[in-house]
Amino acid sequence: MKYLCLVYLDEKRLGELPDEECVAYDTTIRGSGQCIASEALQSVHTASTVRVRNGKLAVTDGPFAETKEQLAGFYLIDARDLNDAIQVAAKMPPARVGCVEVRPIRPIRETVAEAAATAARTSTRSEP
Amino acid sequence: MPCAEQAREIVEATYRSESRRVLATLIRLLGDFNIAEEALHDAFRAALEQWQREGVPANPRAWLVSTGRFKAIDALRRNARFDPLEEMAERVEAIADESAAGADEEIEDDRLRLMFTCCHPALAPDAQVALTLREVCGLTTEEIAQAFLLPAPTLAQRIVRAKAKIRDARIPYQVPSQAELPERLDSVLRVIYLVFNEGYSASSGASLTRHDLSGEAIRLARLLVDLLPEPEAVGLLALMLLHESRRAARASPSGDLILLEDQDRTLWNHSQIAEGAALVERALTSRRFGPYSLQAAIAAVLAEAPSAAETDWAQIVGLYDVLLRAEPSPVVELNRAVAVAMRDGPAAGLVLIDAILTRGELLAYRLAHAARADLCRRLGRTEQARAAYEQALSLTRQEPERRFLERRLAELAK
Repeated sequence: MKYLCLVYLDEKRLGELPDEECVAYDTTIRGSGQCIASEALQSVHTASTVRVRNGKLAVTDGPFAETKEQLAGFYLIDARDLNDAIQVAAKMPPARVGCVEVRPIRPIRETVAEAAATAARTSTRSEP
Repeated sequence: MPCAEQAREIVEATYRSESRRVLATLIRLLGDFNIAEEALHDAFRAALEQWQREGVPANPRAWLVSTGRFKAIDALRRNARFDPLEEMAERVEAIADESAAGADEEIEDDRLRLMFTCCHPALAPDAQVALTLREVCGLTTEEIAQAFLLPAPTLAQRIVRAKAKIRDARIPYQVPSQAELPERLDSVLRVIYLVFNEGYSASSGASLTRHDLSGEAIRLARLLVDLLPEPEAVGLLALMLLHESRRAARASPSGDLILLEDQDRTLWNHSQIAEGAALVERALTSRRFGPYSLQAAIAAVLAEAPSAAETDWAQIVGLYDVLLRAEPSPVVELNRAVAVAMRDGPAAGLVLIDAILTRGELLAYRLAHAARADLCRRLGRTEQARAAYEQALSLTRQEPERRFLERRLAELAK
C-alpha cells in the first residue's frame, strides 16, 4: 500500500527546523527504500491556482482556499517556467471541476549541499 | 564638450525618455528586477560623470544598457560570497554584447515583456497594478501610494512580494505565445482599465493626483497599441479617451455630479472624442473586437450626439444587445434597460429593471436603485421614486453621489 504523507506547518516556524536535519532524514528514508518521492515547497506566497471553466483558463494568485474542496491527488511535474507549468496544470482533468494549486519546489538538497561545499572551501582556505 | 549644467540636463532628459526602455532591457539581460533597477541607477550615475567628461555617446540608450550590465556584473562579483551569485555573474557576462546593444525592435519587445510580466495573472490584482505603475510607468512608490490613498509601506510591501513571486515561482519575462495571448491580454487590459477608473471615479478632494492615474492609463494603452495593436487594446484606448473627454463637464465647480443629459457639451474635449471615435472604427472593422470595443462604440454614439434627446438610442440598445451576447452580465442588462427607457419611454425601461431586481443579483447595487428611482420619478410615481432613492442612498459610499441623491430626494418633496 502507498501512502502520501502531507506536511503542514506555520511558515513563521520554518526557522525552527534546520534544512540539514530535513535533508539528513530524507537521505535515510530514501536509503531504506520506503520513500518514493519527497520535496520541500517554496513559501505559500509563490502559489498560483489554476481553474478551467467552460474551456477558459483562469489563473489567480495564492493557494487554493475553498474549504468545501478536498485534496484529491497530486502531480509532480517538470516545467520550463511558471507559464509552462500553468499550461500543463490546465490540461489536468480535475482543473475543470476543482482547481490545481501550482507551487514551485524548493531546492532544499542543493541549498544544503552548496552551503556545505562553501563551508568546506572556506575552512581549507583559512588553514595556514 | 558639455558643461556640468548641460550634462546634467541631458542626463535628466534621457532619464525621462529612456529609463523605462533601458530598465525593461536590463531586466531581460540580468533576469532579476532588483538587480536591474540597481544597474539602471548605476548606469545613470555613471552617465552624470562620464558624459560631462567624454561627451554624450552617439547612442545613449545602448550606452546605458551596456554600462548598466557591466555595473551589475561588477556588483555581483563584489558580492559573490556564494557560488550561485558567481554563476550568475558568469551567465550575465556570457550574454553577447550584440544582444546588449540590441536592435530597436528587440528593445520595444522588452517593454511589452515588462507589461505582460507586471500584469501576470499569477500575481495578486492589486500587486499587478502597483508593479505596472512602478516598473512600466516609472512612478515612485510614494506617488502610487498617494494616488491609491494607501500608506507607502503597504504599497512597497506589495511590490516586494510581487517581485519575490516573479523570482521564486519563475514567472518568465516574455510576450505570451499566440495560444496564451487572449487570456494574458485580458489581464493587461484589466490592469490598465483599473488604473483609469481609479483616477476617473475620483471627484473632488484628492482629485489632482488621481487625475494623473487616468493620464497614466491612457499613456499605457497608447504604448500597448503601438507595440501590440490588438483590436481590444485599441477598443480600450478608445473607451478611455471617450470617458476622459467628458471630465470637465462631469462635475460642477463645487464637485457636484452632473448627469450626462445635463452636461454642457461645449466642455467636452472634441479632439479626444474624434480620436476615440476613429479608434472605435478601427477596432470594429477588425471583426475580432470584444467587450471593450463595444463599450467604446456605445460611448462614441453618446459622445457624438448633439444632445441627449438627439442621441441614437436605438443604435445604443443594439450595441448593448451585442455586448450582452459577448459578455452576459446583470450590470450590462441594467445599462441596456436605461437605453430602452430613453428609446421607448420610462415605463418600458422600468419593466426591465424590475425584472432584473426581482432576480436578486443587483439588489445591493446602488445604481440599479438609482436608475429605478429616476424612471419612477419621470413617471410621476413619487412614493416609489422616494423609496428607491433612499435605497440607493443607503448603498452609496461616494460623497458626490450621496449629495446628488439627496438633491433628488429634496426635489421630490417639492
